[in-house]
Amino acid sequence: MAEVVLLNRTDIRRALTRIAHEVAERNQGTADLVLVGMRTRGVPLARRLARILAEIEGRPIPVGELDVTLYRDDLTVRGLRPALQQTDIPVDITGKVVVLVDDVLYTGRTVRAALDALMDFGRPRRVQLAVLVDRGHRELPIRADYVGKNVPTSRREEIQVRLEEVDGTDEVLLIKPEE
Amino acid sequence: MELKILSPGPTKAGSLLPDARVRRRHVLDLDDFSAEEIEYVLNTAARMKEILGRPIPRVAALRGRTLVNCFYEESTRTRVSFELAAKALGADVVNMSAAGSSVVKGESLVDTVLTLQALGADFVVIRHPQSGAPYLVARHIRASVINAGDGWHAHPTQALLDLFTIREHFGRVVGLKVVIVGDILHSRVARSNVWGLTKLGAQVVLCGPPTLLPPTMVSAELWPPLTVEYDLGRALEGAHVVMPLRLQRERQQAGLLPSVREYIRLYQVNAARLSRAHPDAVVMHPGPMNEGIEISSDVAHGSRSLIEKQVTNGVAVRMALLYLLSGGVVEG
Repeated sequence: MAEVVLLNRTDIRRALTRIAHEVAERNQGTADLVLVGMRTRGVPLARRLARILAEIEGRPIPVGELDVTLYRDDLTVRGLRPALQQTDIPVDITGKVVVLVDDVLYTGRTVRAALDALMDFGRPRRVQLAVLVDRGHRELPIRADYVGKNVPTSRREEIQVRLEEVDGTDEVLLIKPEE
Repeated sequence: MELKILSPGPTKAGSLLPDARVRRRHVLDLDDFSAEEIEYVLNTAARMKEILGRPIPRVAALRGRTLVNCFYEESTRTRVSFELAAKALGADVVNMSAAGSSVVKGESLVDTVLTLQALGADFVVIRHPQSGAPYLVARHIRASVINAGDGWHAHPTQALLDLFTIREHFGRVVGLKVVIVGDILHSRVARSNVWGLTKLGAQVVLCGPPTLLPPTMVSAELWPPLTVEYDLGRALEGAHVVMPLRLQRERQQAGLLPSVREYIRLYQVNAARLSRAHPDAVVMHPGPMNEGIEISSDVAHGSRSLIEKQVTNGVAVRMALLYLLSGGVVEG
């Protein structure tokens, strides 16, 4: 297996800083903003974005965490049920602008599940999507509003995002199978 | 002993896997659960409880699945709790009670559940006056069988919700002194709780008149280590959890009690008696309560009572079980 480093620590920091500025610009500030990180690695990414946005705009931004397991479309398949993780949406999202945050956008099925989950918590005015890496191969009509890096991949390749808070280091790897 | 052979087989007891997932198809009692498996169910239930607090407390995880409540004995809270749990996960629910079904025409238990299966049941929740009936059912159908109370034998979902409530309140189960008071002899709740509580490391004390304590539990040969105490005051010394059981008045007619008044005098859980328990002690009751008999009204509705929480938690625990069982049996 060959590994290629797509983003290192500095690249990730720069990408998040740029995304934060784009979020603030597109929404003309952060007044009605709620960031919701998707389990697992979307959560630390959402927290980092919130920190940067707080610095830019000088006000704190609520951050939620969402586990979409129970909304997945493959639960009809027999097999061991995935472990559930914590969901915590700390504010009423009705009327707010929710930015969903995830590490990798791939088929779009997880985002579809997250949208369903979100609607059970209220009716946001708008939902936007921020991802660190968009690797293509969508199976649903979903696109990201903010992208750290677009990476054309083959389905046989794997994207591995490692974050300090979860994995002890910051890097994004492209793993190619042996020919 | 034969009953154990019919159950789906023990999971890797004492397994130290960080997440001992639930790999079973049926929930018949807690005797074949490992401590890790119980913890896994309780952790899942905590996530389910969060769902119940949402503005729209419903997810689609079990969409297209059907749960049949098959009750051969009356029940309100357990049946409704299973129904709410299944609906919160998006499943369909059919309620069947023995009265008004083909059972009154003489259909056998196995034939009835085979019919339910043919009609598309994925989960059969069964309550039956005969101990062991759910085991018989589990041997004959592909659907998941959940024991909602069989005779005097077991009521595993009640025990799990009690464990969940205790753990939620104290942050742990290990090291707590839990006193179960009253008619232990006829109590499936007490039996399942003994398994669950001891597996999670609680110290269990059974207390009641000698006529209402089963001899096998007093001699404790077939049961995990527990203490039997006939004096309630002594039993309550330092107790963290006090669990009075419903006293069925028919027991007096059966000659097991001199009088209900004497039972109240010796075994009612009331404020005065609770003063001997641990300062942080709580009171739980599996319901339905006879207020003024096994428990005084002020205690039942007082600040130490977790009884209402038990009911809410019951839905979350049953959601967790339905979710975990819905994957079918997973080998390896």
